Amino acid sequence: MEILVCVKWVPDTAENEIEVNRDGSDIERDDLVYSVNEWDNYAVEEAIQICDKVGGNVTVVTVGDEETEEVLRREMAMGADNGLLLHDDAFDGSDGRGIATVLKAAVQKGQYDLILTGAQADDGAAQVGGMLAAMLDYPYASLVNKIEVDGDTLKVGREIEGGNQEMNAIAMPCVLSIQTGINEPRYVGIRGIRKVASVEIPQQGVDTLGIDAAMVGAIGARVKRLDYFVPDLGEGAEMLEGSNEEIIAKLIELLKAKGGLK
Amino acid sequence: MADIYVYITHKNGVADDSALELLAAAHKIDASAAVTAIVTGSGADLDKVADALAASYPKVLKFNQVALAYPNAEVVRKLLVNILPANAVVLVPHDTFGMDLSPGLSIKLDSTFVADVVDIEALDGSDLKLIRQEYAGMVSTHISADIAKGAVINVRPGSFAPDESQSASGSVEDKSVDDSDLKVQRTFLEVVEAEMGDVDITKSDVLVSIGRGIEDEENIEIADDLAEALGAVVSCSRPIVDAKWLEKSRQVGTSGKTVKPKVYIACGISGSFQHMGGIKGSPFIVAINKNIKAPIFQVADVGIEADILDFLPEMTEAIKAM
Amino acid sequence: MQPGLIPPANATFFGIPTIIFSWLIPLVGVAVFTYIIALRMAPLVRAAPDNRLDRIPQRIGNVLKIWLAQYRQPRYMVAGVVHIVIFAGFLILSIRSFSLVIIGISEDFVMPGFEGMIGHFYNYLKDYAATMVLIACGVAAYRRVVVKPERYAVPAKYGKEHTAEALIVLGLISTLMISESLFEASSVAADTHAGRPTEFLVPLSLVWLCKIALLPISVESLQRIHVASYYIHDVTFFFFLCFLPMGKHFHVITSLFNVFFMRIDRGSVKPVRHGIRDEDLDDLESFGVKKLEDFTWKHILDFYSCADCGRCSDNCPANTVGRPLSPRFISIKGRDLTFKNYPIYPYGRPFKKSEDLIGRTYEEDEIWSCTTCSACEQECPIGIEYIDKIVDLRRGMVDEGIVPQSLQKPLRALEKRGNPWGKMEKKRADWTKDLPEDIKIKDLDKDSAHDLYFVDSITSYDDRMQAIGQATATILSKAGSDFGILGKKEKDSGNEIRRFGEEMLFQIMKEMNTEAIINTGVQRIITADPHAYNVLKNEYNGLPPVEHISQFITRKIKSGDIALAGANGDGKVYTYHDPCYLGRHNDLYEDPRMAIDAIDGVKRVEMQRCRDRSFCCGGGGLMLFYEPEEEQRMGVLRVEMAAQAGANVIVTACPFCLVNIEDAVKVAGMEGKMEAIDLCELIVQHLK
Repeated sequence: MEILVCVKWVPDTAENEIEVNRDGSDIERDDLVYSVNEWDNYAVEEAIQICDKVGGNVTVVTVGDEETEEVLRREMAMGADNGLLLHDDAFDGSDGRGIATVLKAAVQKGQYDLILTGAQADDGAAQVGGMLAAMLDYPYASLVNKIEVDGDTLKVGREIEGGNQEMNAIAMPCVLSIQTGINEPRYVGIRGIRKVASVEIPQQGVDTLGIDAAMVGAIGARVKRLDYFVPDLGEGAEMLEGSNEEIIAKLIELLKAKGGLK
Repeated sequence: MADIYVYITHKNGVADDSALELLAAAHKIDASAAVTAIVTGSGADLDKVADALAASYPKVLKFNQVALAYPNAEVVRKLLVNILPANAVVLVPHDTFGMDLSPGLSIKLDSTFVADVVDIEALDGSDLKLIRQEYAGMVSTHISADIAKGAVINVRPGSFAPDESQSASGSVEDKSVDDSDLKVQRTFLEVVEAEMGDVDITKSDVLVSIGRGIEDEENIEIADDLAEALGAVVSCSRPIVDAKWLEKSRQVGTSGKTVKPKVYIACGISGSFQHMGGIKGSPFIVAINKNIKAPIFQVADVGIEADILDFLPEMTEAIKAM
Repeated sequence: MQPGLIPPANATFFGIPTIIFSWLIPLVGVAVFTYIIALRMAPLVRAAPDNRLDRIPQRIGNVLKIWLAQYRQPRYMVAGVVHIVIFAGFLILSIRSFSLVIIGISEDFVMPGFEGMIGHFYNYLKDYAATMVLIACGVAAYRRVVVKPERYAVPAKYGKEHTAEALIVLGLISTLMISESLFEASSVAADTHAGRPTEFLVPLSLVWLCKIALLPISVESLQRIHVASYYIHDVTFFFFLCFLPMGKHFHVITSLFNVFFMRIDRGSVKPVRHGIRDEDLDDLESFGVKKLEDFTWKHILDFYSCADCGRCSDNCPANTVGRPLSPRFISIKGRDLTFKNYPIYPYGRPFKKSEDLIGRTYEEDEIWSCTTCSACEQECPIGIEYIDKIVDLRRGMVDEGIVPQSLQKPLRALEKRGNPWGKMEKKRADWTKDLPEDIKIKDLDKDSAHDLYFVDSITSYDDRMQAIGQATATILSKAGSDFGILGKKEKDSGNEIRRFGEEMLFQIMKEMNTEAIINTGVQRIITADPHAYNVLKNEYNGLPPVEHISQFITRKIKSGDIALAGANGDGKVYTYHDPCYLGRHNDLYEDPRMAIDAIDGVKRVEMQRCRDRSFCCGGGGLMLFYEPEEEQRMGVLRVEMAAQAGANVIVTACPFCLVNIEDAVKVAGMEGKMEAIDLCELIVQHLK
């Protein structure tokens, strides 16, 4: 089975304190560390496990530049067979639709039976997988937490409310967005990363992909981020004073306001 | 201004809370808009939902399809693409169904998509200004969306106060089509229910979390009572698991689960950073501790200096009395 | 006067001269033994290299102390004394056994050097030795069958009890002792019948008792007993020799070598591969131990040498709290696998192709359960190594990506931020902000100083442990040290990164810290974290001398730079908990105790398990993140031990010990009855 996994290099929220910069135009990026989007890691692990079982190749793809190429190397260290970097200045400032447009072109250049994405990213909107599927006219399932291969069909579980699992049969080729917890991603050590450090990774841009530059990048974007801001959160706890009765009355009001009490 | 549509999710003949929240959201885009509700499904439950919605929406479009006895995003998308006008604005709850439906729908409608919106600020020409959260809620951002060609907007449930005015006396229009036109490549098989007793604390919006201050296994009852009154789930810090008073799956922290609730009520938890490391998404944190020096008070939004063994039962009583 | 008994060299058996057997038995025995040993050598030859031929004088010293003098045996008094008796008896009787083999061929043979007085004296000695060995065998069998010490038990998951093998061997040894005595006693009894001068038998010895028992027997019968007992001894001796390499009694042969080759260095773990420099690690095809032959030859020799005495596991804290690790079975399972893959019989069967060890021989959780506290290695009477094997197996797992999710998170954070919590580098020195103005800490990024205080991650970032940093800085400052810190340039020291098998990440931390430290030009490194102390001292190269804060404190107390106020009858009873990385790994037992005792009027008691038998608190560094299956926590047991000793304050000298013990005090429900405090905090409390 030929599997394409779309991955993304993101600021790591587990290891960063995200702060807004002075003029609110961006987050403070000086002290940021980046890592593979957590959900994408599960997607790549799942792809590798599927290929271990039924044979095939895993290709990882990202839209970015030479710096974000690191995400491909990490996933290749994990066991993905090929990497593909979609890089062009024309891609800068793309919204979700723009990214999906670029990926669609890349998918059509290859022969993939299955396309996986992470269900979401910390700086994203859980949108690219569904858009890509619609552009390709492939069936789609989001929040997938189980995949069983059955010939040309997959049996997939989706994580739905209440921790229940919705099972579907889905025909290939298809696009699935992968939820965390579907597997236990393997560890990628420093050694593994160094082993693939010098592997040549092919690049494609607007011309080689045959994309209309007006459909992608800032020009093509219909959704733009205007600024960042921090919602009001006071410093330290506001201590509630008074008798228990008074405190509880205040607390109940607060809980109602914050969605803790319906 | 374009027409605004709201996609309604429902269960057992009752519309989801988001039905009226999204109505409010629609009116925030355009206060005077006549908002149309779209509801899909099959059988008597569907009729019940559609009729109830007519009290709030001037127009309700109903699709009664055998293929939708269980919601299927691909089928719904086919139906919507057929009936929606070119520049329609569609609001969808950002839940597990909305995440399945909307991104692809926006492509098929050639309209703009915005996910997980928590607030709507203003419409200026065809520019809609919205608020989203990023990085697990650590920062918010203003978004400008060009809705000239229409839009699909996923709205985070609970973000808008529901419009309960019931000011419409709308009509229900049956738009059902022949089911044989709804063949899709993805078919629903079954729902596998989560294992009983296996509470997933990562899925709960409200956590009543207990630490050493609970002092004794028998006292866990008072946390259970409060959680029940709040519709919350009980989680805990490591010592409680070590003492084998609760299952490991209930533990919040770097060596336990990472949770992203809306409200986190820390009861008798000192708040080591190993514990706090398991709390993401900037929830509203209420700290109840008899030790005023407990570090939890540094990170909590609201603090109460009290012995939880006295305080929690009183609070439970007060909530039950509401 | 009748002639004496016919010796085996001249006797006949149904007309066949028995001298044939005297030749045949040793020849066959030696041939079979040689074949077995050659096969046992095969895996050693195929195993990874290990440099064990350096520092020969020290190795000989180890042999004399640990092997010959059985130095570690009396740590378990009864078993130890029994073993020393059998061991000494074997050494003494080996000469006699060798002579006996030749006597079967040439009846008048006397071992050169054993003529005359020496020979007589030796005979008395070996007669008593045989007697003592037989008694010791009796005691050992009694212990095996009746007393059944818990450490000999074999948990169901590890297979059947090993009692049968133990009893067979005790039986063989007893047979040797009795047959040797009967051989000699029958001859003396016959001489006595005939009124010839007889060999003097020492009273109450086994042979003396045998003689008395044999006296009423006819000369013909004595003759039969004489020859029969000789050949029983001969056959048993060679059977025993060939039986030894089949099981746990291989140690009778291998322990001498195992002790000679045992690890001399403390506090460090083995390189990934002996003979490969750190710079060349990237060129290695594979890391760590994945298959049997990836172990070094010494580690396979360890498997052969394990005597199954169970002392390692008896002292192993992981085993005690019910984690799925028992060091004893690391060895036994390794030995069984080696035997299985390199079979002795039938001849010519090819060696088995090695399979992955993890999932077959060893389990993931088993290998992650070790806190590397070294209690097992401290106890092993023949110098078997465990930490290196565990670390090598972890290296293999890390290389294959088999790492529990709970450990992946901190490992990634270490890679990105230099600390396991992923806290920002620029906040590494935040703990200094709460110090009073008169405590000055230089930032060595900007200033220079004589001493470097290496803080390490937990003391830098953990709210509670920051107090240790503040106390340490206060002591350094009040004692007049000219010191500073690396601040955001400091990375995790990497002691646990290395021990959790992520060698390359450790190398990165080591390089960055080394460069940062050398650039400061400091003359001395001081740390209050034993894990940092250990790794900086034993595994970094080219650094200035490293001192633990307890050493600094005692040095400054002696020089008068630190003066302590008295305890003033504070009513507290202190006990000192030895951190593994100060004590067992670095032999630093006295300084912390001297520092505590320098507080006038302080009341300090020792726990039963102290110094090199200290009981691990639960482990530090990445172990804080690992979620072991266990029945209880090590820290809780430790707190209970302190209570048993009558203490109400546990003094530690390690931030990880403090984390674990403070937690344990609460889990054990002993708040208010027991407290934990770091040595530095205690000293600051009493600074004049």
